Amino acid sequence: MSQEFRLKDIGLIKRNKKISFKFNGKKYQGYEGDTLASALLANGVHLVGRSFKYHRPRGFFGAGADEPYAVVQLYRDGETEPNIKATEQELFEGLEAKSVNCWPSVNFDIGAINNILKIFLPAGFYYKTFMWPKSFWYKVYEPFIRKAAGLGVASTKHDKERYEHKYEYCDLLIAGSGPSGLSSAYAAAKNGAKVILAEDKSRFGGSLLTSDVNIGNQSGKNWAEKIIAELKDMPNVIVKNRSQIFGYYDHNMLVMSEKISDHLPKTKKYHPNKKLWYIRAKEVLISSGSIERPIVFGNNDTPGVMLSSAAKEYMKVYGVLVGKKPLVFTNNDSGYETAIEFKKNGIDPIVLDSRENPASEIVDEAKNLGLNIKFSYVVVAAKGYKKVKSADIALISKDKKKLGKIENINCDCICVSGFWTPTIHLASQSGNKTKFDDNIDAFIPGKSKQNETTLGAANGVFSLKETLKTSFEAGNNLSKKITNIENKVSIPNIVEKKYSKHDKFWCVPLPKGKNYKRFLDFQNDVSVSDIELALREGYRSIEHVKRYTTLGMATDQGKTSNLNGLQLVSDIENKVVPSVGHTTFRPPYTPISIGAIVGREIGKHSKPTRKSPMHSWHEKNNAIFVDAGVWLRPRYYKKGDENLFEASKREAKNVRTNVGVCDVTTLGKIDIKGPDAAEFLNRVYTNAWLKLPVGKARYGVMLREDGIVMDDGTTTRISENHYHMTTTTAQAANVLSHLEYYLQLVWPELNVNVVSTTEQWAGAAIAGPNSRNLLKKLFPNNDVSNENLPFMGFMEGDLFGVKTRIFRISFSGELAYELNVESDYGKFMWEKIVELGEEFKIQPYGTEALSTLRIEMGHVAGSELDGRTIPYDNALEGLVSKKKDFIGKRSLQRLAFVAKDRQRIVGVVPIDKKTNIPEGSHLVKDAKASLPNKKLGHISASCWSVEYDNPFSLAILKDGKNMIGEKLFVMSPLKNKIIPVEIVSSHYVDPKGERVRS
Amino acid sequence: MLYIKCPHCGMRSQNEFSYGGDASVKRPELNKEISDQEWDNFVYNRKSLRGKHWELWQHLSGCRQWIKVQRDTATHEIFNTLKAEEEIN
Ligand SMILES: [Zn+2]
Repeated sequence: MSQEFRLKDIGLIKRNKKISFKFNGKKYQGYEGDTLASALLANGVHLVGRSFKYHRPRGFFGAGADEPYAVVQLYRDGETEPNIKATEQELFEGLEAKSVNCWPSVNFDIGAINNILKIFLPAGFYYKTFMWPKSFWYKVYEPFIRKAAGLGVASTKHDKERYEHKYEYCDLLIAGSGPSGLSSAYAAAKNGAKVILAEDKSRFGGSLLTSDVNIGNQSGKNWAEKIIAELKDMPNVIVKNRSQIFGYYDHNMLVMSEKISDHLPKTKKYHPNKKLWYIRAKEVLISSGSIERPIVFGNNDTPGVMLSSAAKEYMKVYGVLVGKKPLVFTNNDSGYETAIEFKKNGIDPIVLDSRENPASEIVDEAKNLGLNIKFSYVVVAAKGYKKVKSADIALISKDKKKLGKIENINCDCICVSGFWTPTIHLASQSGNKTKFDDNIDAFIPGKSKQNETTLGAANGVFSLKETLKTSFEAGNNLSKKITNIENKVSIPNIVEKKYSKHDKFWCVPLPKGKNYKRFLDFQNDVSVSDIELALREGYRSIEHVKRYTTLGMATDQGKTSNLNGLQLVSDIENKVVPSVGHTTFRPPYTPISIGAIVGREIGKHSKPTRKSPMHSWHEKNNAIFVDAGVWLRPRYYKKGDENLFEASKREAKNVRTNVGVCDVTTLGKIDIKGPDAAEFLNRVYTNAWLKLPVGKARYGVMLREDGIVMDDGTTTRISENHYHMTTTTAQAANVLSHLEYYLQLVWPELNVNVVSTTEQWAGAAIAGPNSRNLLKKLFPNNDVSNENLPFMGFMEGDLFGVKTRIFRISFSGELAYELNVESDYGKFMWEKIVELGEEFKIQPYGTEALSTLRIEMGHVAGSELDGRTIPYDNALEGLVSKKKDFIGKRSLQRLAFVAKDRQRIVGVVPIDKKTNIPEGSHLVKDAKASLPNKKLGHISASCWSVEYDNPFSLAILKDGKNMIGEKLFVMSPLKNKIIPVEIVSSHYVDPKGERVRS
Repeated sequence: MLYIKCPHCGMRSQNEFSYGGDASVKRPELNKEISDQEWDNFVYNRKSLRGKHWELWQHLSGCRQWIKVQRDTATHEIFNTLKAEEEIN
């Protein structure tokens, strides 16, 4: 199909580069430099989608980020992305896009029945209509709404694109490269400031690309090109196009999304799709310009009705006519620029101006060009369903309340200009309390909150001369304060037209007997009657009206609808707009890909992966790994086609009968040194530490100040003023911070230093009845006898030349040792253990067997120390000193903590000795009791006891102390299980602890 | 994201720090007899102030020092930062 709406010689597109693309399955052609919108318009395609609620036909309304209609589903390089604005998407070879919100097709959309049934979908329809009857919700309403709603489909595939984050610091960050942004950037750059200039479109220059002005004896566009070229050459300036500053956060932190690959058929190798910039700026200049406002009239959502500035941009930037019989409907001078541009391209527009007889330079120019202008005329309603075919127009009275006789005129598009709304989003996000400016009927920034300055049209200044003057000054003044350099540039000569006053008019009244929908919010289908209804129903606060009607809550964030909505509310309420107030602007200014926000922190990149020095050995020996915090730990070592259950049982059994070795490198290790170290430990742990001799280890429990157990572990006195503390893998970082808190803030008088040594030591636990025999082989030069190295003893050993710390501690309940060597010797140590352990039938064991061994013994771990239990609950009250004070001691007197029937750890065995008990299940007295069935406790950890060959669990049970021997039920609604169980002691194996001392 | 002046390291972004609560809370001395009310005030009871507030932060991914920061809880403006041993005045 030929591009029959493409103009011959005008525009900034590359005519020598043809591009083919597909829309809704049909093939079209455009040029490099087109957007999807401009290329479709060049081909005469105006129907792009259906509206959200009524499924009314939707065309193009704008030419950029403010577009409320033309949201499409994009297909690129085998992927699909929803919520893409056709007005922002640059054309590339092979682009494919589809309409959203329509089924089965954009031309015949079954959801349009909503349009006929719209009586059922008034304001607040979510809250009213679908409430009743309840049974209809799942079967009728929800599927219907799900089918009908939404702005496209998110891909369910893994996103293969790469997104990057970047942190940057600068003196001046400038948002927008229009006349204001260019001037301030140039002035600041000349003063040597570090400048970042961001432009959300692909082309720099903003309004200079489409306005008819002259700067320094050249066209505005040429001046912009010259400035940009100079800025790009300066080493202290970063100039970025396709980069949207979408959020202004605390302490002058702004976030910018740079589209790096969206305009290409596929992302280049090693390139990201988007880059998110976190920019900390000393000063922020907001030169984000303004957005044209629509005028509200009947059926103003018909395809072919669009902003007059957009129509002009399509002509001047893309060389595209949005229609061949245009009607320009304006309340100010801007509409004339569009009308004149039509005329220059050989098209005769009709201009309707709501003003009576405005005197201005541009109106005179239009008259001289012979344009057909009707003053005091308005569009009453657009006619045509899928495209504007004609317009009902009428004279309007001076007070704008009465309409004259309705006339119908032919047209194929209606270009609307209701004056300009400054883009104040970033200033508002910064915390600036914006103020209403009566001269322009819009909000402008008030007093700066952070270091932000708003300039040009964004600040309500529409004169180019004024904009350039203030922007050069601001750029110069702000930068010289930072750099102490001033290289003042002179402000160029400016030629622009003078503008006359706009008409304070924004909504055409309904003619008698007509009930046209007049839309305020085009994306969410909010009409004048919806706002009126909300007010009739008693909503007053603009924040409430917004949520009730959904005005301004669509993905365009009401860029074209907010002010007209406010005007309507203030008119009905007989208030002025400032006293109605406006809703809060929140980031992001435009929708941002979730992928860009997440960046590289996905999958294995979401956190660091720590591997022990023995990792490669585990890999070679068929270890199946499990995430333990940031560590990878062997869960079990697979032999043949064993599963987890079989392998862990074999490994645990071997520890109980022979000897096993387990990688315990991941345990947190903290080195504690200083003359007051013993006193410090005495305050941190619940038990006594002052008399621990050198060469001895002790098990300790530490509490939070609220009496809850924080962590447990053994600490060893290496020498007089030197201790080695171990923590659980999960709490290692928290415990270190905890210790630092008390040393730095609470007891700074204690002379103690702490440092993490977790990664400095490789650790291996050797456990089982044969472990001492193995130890003797490993340390032939040391006396490791029970007498010389008793339970809880410590010594340094010589592992074939490698200095080793030997701790006689046990987590498994067996005779056991833990060996620590410097990390680099970890693999040497491990291989020696395995080699010399062969004669004792050594086998490595993973975390699953480790759990089994500790559960059987009733040793508590993370699943019991879950941030809800006190020492008593874990049967650790014997470790709580009565004599000395320690962190959290005073809390243990709380009534709930000393209650007679306080929860306590118990063992749980299924009566049938067969059924596995799911962790997290509840314990109840009566399995058949009516709901809610009173919960007596929960299963904290489960295993298969290798000692007794039946399932065994630990539980935290109310009044656990007096429950031994009771028969209860374990209930797991999740697993649909009810299991009769008997409560036993938590020390299921070796309750007297004889093995560890053997 | 806040921009916090660590008295040891200089201006750093918030993601290097972790929050530590009200800096004006003093831990009761060890071995001192105190009422339930006093203990509860130390462990639990905090004012949720709007406005200037002295609070603790730890420069976790930096020098690991605990510092005192005076911040406006509504606007996030930071007025002052002190080292752990410096008294709030
Ligand atoms: Zn620091």
